[in-house]
Amino acid sequence: MADAHTAHSGESHGSVGSYLTGFVIAVLLTAAAFGLVMAHSFSPAGTIAAIAVLAVVQVVVHLVFFLHMNGSSAQRWNVMAFAFTVMSVAILIGGTLFIMHDTAINMMSR
Amino acid sequence: MLGKLSWSDIPFDVPILVGTFAGAAIAGLAVLGLITYYGKWGYLWKEWLTSVDHKRLGVMYIVLALVALFRGFADAIMMRSQLALAYAGNPGYLPPHHYDQIFSAHGTIMIFFMAMAFMTGLMNVIVPLQIGARDVAFPFLNSLSFWMTTVSFVLINVSLFIGEFSQCGWLAYPPLSESQFSPGVGVDYYIWAVQLSGVGTLLTGVNFFTTIVKMRAPGMTYMKMPVFTWTIFCTTVLIMVAFPILTVALGLLGLDRYLGMHFFTNDGGGNQMLYLSVIWAWGHPEVYILILPAFGAFSEITQTFSRKPLFGYNTMVYATCSIMVLSLVVWVHHFFTMGAGPNVNAFFGIMTMIIAIPTGVKIFNWLFTMYKGRVEFHATMYWVIGFMITFTIGGMTGVMLAIPAADFVLHNSLFVIAHFHNVIIGGVYFGYVAAMNFWFPKAFGFKLNEAWGKRAFWFWFIGFYFAFMPLYVLGFMGMTRRMNHYDNPDWYPWLLVAEFGAVLIACGIVCQLTQLYVSIRDRNLAENRDLTGDPWNARTLEWSTSSPPPFYNFAVVPTVHDLDAFAHDKEAGIDTRAAGADYQPIHMPKNTSAGFFVGAFSLVLGFAAIWYIWWLAAIGLIGVIATVIARSSNNDVDYYVPVSEVARIENEHTRNLMAAQAAE
Repeated sequence: MADAHTAHSGESHGSVGSYLTGFVIAVLLTAAAFGLVMAHSFSPAGTIAAIAVLAVVQVVVHLVFFLHMNGSSAQRWNVMAFAFTVMSVAILIGGTLFIMHDTAINMMSR
Repeated sequence: MLGKLSWSDIPFDVPILVGTFAGAAIAGLAVLGLITYYGKWGYLWKEWLTSVDHKRLGVMYIVLALVALFRGFADAIMMRSQLALAYAGNPGYLPPHHYDQIFSAHGTIMIFFMAMAFMTGLMNVIVPLQIGARDVAFPFLNSLSFWMTTVSFVLINVSLFIGEFSQCGWLAYPPLSESQFSPGVGVDYYIWAVQLSGVGTLLTGVNFFTTIVKMRAPGMTYMKMPVFTWTIFCTTVLIMVAFPILTVALGLLGLDRYLGMHFFTNDGGGNQMLYLSVIWAWGHPEVYILILPAFGAFSEITQTFSRKPLFGYNTMVYATCSIMVLSLVVWVHHFFTMGAGPNVNAFFGIMTMIIAIPTGVKIFNWLFTMYKGRVEFHATMYWVIGFMITFTIGGMTGVMLAIPAADFVLHNSLFVIAHFHNVIIGGVYFGYVAAMNFWFPKAFGFKLNEAWGKRAFWFWFIGFYFAFMPLYVLGFMGMTRRMNHYDNPDWYPWLLVAEFGAVLIACGIVCQLTQLYVSIRDRNLAENRDLTGDPWNARTLEWSTSSPPPFYNFAVVPTVHDLDAFAHDKEAGIDTRAAGADYQPIHMPKNTSAGFFVGAFSLVLGFAAIWYIWWLAAIGLIGVIATVIARSSNNDVDYYVPVSEVARIENEHTRNLMAAQAAE
């Protein structure tokens, strides 16, 4: 226990190469989202859907390249923490959509 | 050169503020002068301000919380006095412009700097000791968190004397908080203070989650963790889920204000209702972030002073975890009247009622712990019993508010104010004060004075009922919150009663200060000293080490055999300390000033951004980044405590223990 501060158990901490790859992909995805909006290439609904997809991909890129999530690190805590995060995000995003949609219908603001 | 800042922003024309400034300046100079006179700057800097020791940071957090309590309470009693005066044509002594700043500051300070700081302080002092760890997982981050919280509190107090504070309530609802309606710097002070303290809170959450997951003593499985640690564990999870939402909500509001965007504006496609949903998606977990640690403290105190193990440990853990999850699905009950249809309101109303079930389970667990126990009516226990009564009432009015139809009558009325003060004072505050009384001897090595503790309790307890029960009545009579003056003669007597309650609470705070003074004065009396490290015959690991604990907490990391490890060891005759064992060198982190400097540069950044002094903001930001890089490049961050030093400290405690046993 004495060196609990410095000991790392198992998981990969990435390399310069993996961080750079992640960074480049993240920048590309961000630029693509801005590009889509600025170019007006889709309908408004289509644009929103497209940038939502890009955002989800962006999250996955961050998880894989910056937070080192992968199949091999099947550690209980990683899986549990990830499951809980997914659940919280689902509650928050789903709940917000539910609330705002229902409010818009009920108040006939749309 | 100075952005928006000019001499006209200093409120020379408001006598209350000039007086406050003079008072604060004199008190501040007196403190600084005394430190200089006694030559304590070096000690203060080396041993406290740059410390990464979780116990010292915890103490500093609690000192910060008490200072915030005075500021927040001063705001409270000013509001009550205004409403006791401003009746039937009398405008009172606070113009609306000033009054609105006061209620906004009261809420912001009490939640972010009193309650959050107090809670963080308690977890700092107790959790590593309770799980048998020598420090937290990231000691430097802990120091950084403290400084971020502290500079945010400084920033919010600067708004008293330079410029103004937000007039939009403690959550700064748009569109009022947008620059169209609040063009001044008040909302910017609010945004920057809360954002900077949010950094500290989030880091604390990550830090203590990691500490509890990774650094428990060998043998301490999850179901052998003390209840307080469990509640902190759930609180840290909620912090990590909820605080990023707050950061995003205020970030978007900031973009609206600084860069003219339209997230929450009236025009340009903005939607202010989205802000309500997002901010309360943080706001509701936040109240459970505050109350869960109080529940943990009540559990530890009740079992210790009832002289038997906690009734229903498992159900307590399951109830805590259920509350943690359920707290994420109730947030609409803060805005049932916003305009959502019955589907949304019914769902969130029912979820809110369901969350009362695990909370009720806990109340029964504490009652059954006391049942047939040998309850010692220690001052600490007074707060616990006062909590059970008060919190149950607050919980029931909460379930009333969870009924959407009832909420349409009560929304934004004083009934809501009465309800949440009922649970926050009766639950959170009573819990933290009980915890402070309970763990004080662990942190300092002497007990708090009981007589003054009981007096403080009675003033707070009775004062609470006088101050807030009238507000329930006033809510039913239709009085809305945040009102500056009124002309309804029926309200007047109730507001006088509430003012009387606020005065009683003021007496309670004076008693608490007296309790601290008397206890420090009499700290060397034999009956007040805690030589054994276990003054209450308690059950968990933190009591197995000396009071105050050595900076490394445990010379030998204890092995846990059972729930309530220390109680088990005492019964089985095991020496948890392993006194006289073959000590090993102990690996400890070195103190660092990096946290202090990151905090100081953040303060510069925040202040400059509030006033649009961009060159200064750039200096602040560069300072933060440079300090972090410098700290990250420093490899000289730890050292080993030699065996001889460990043996010297441990033998001294062993001598104390033997002397205490001989005296008995």
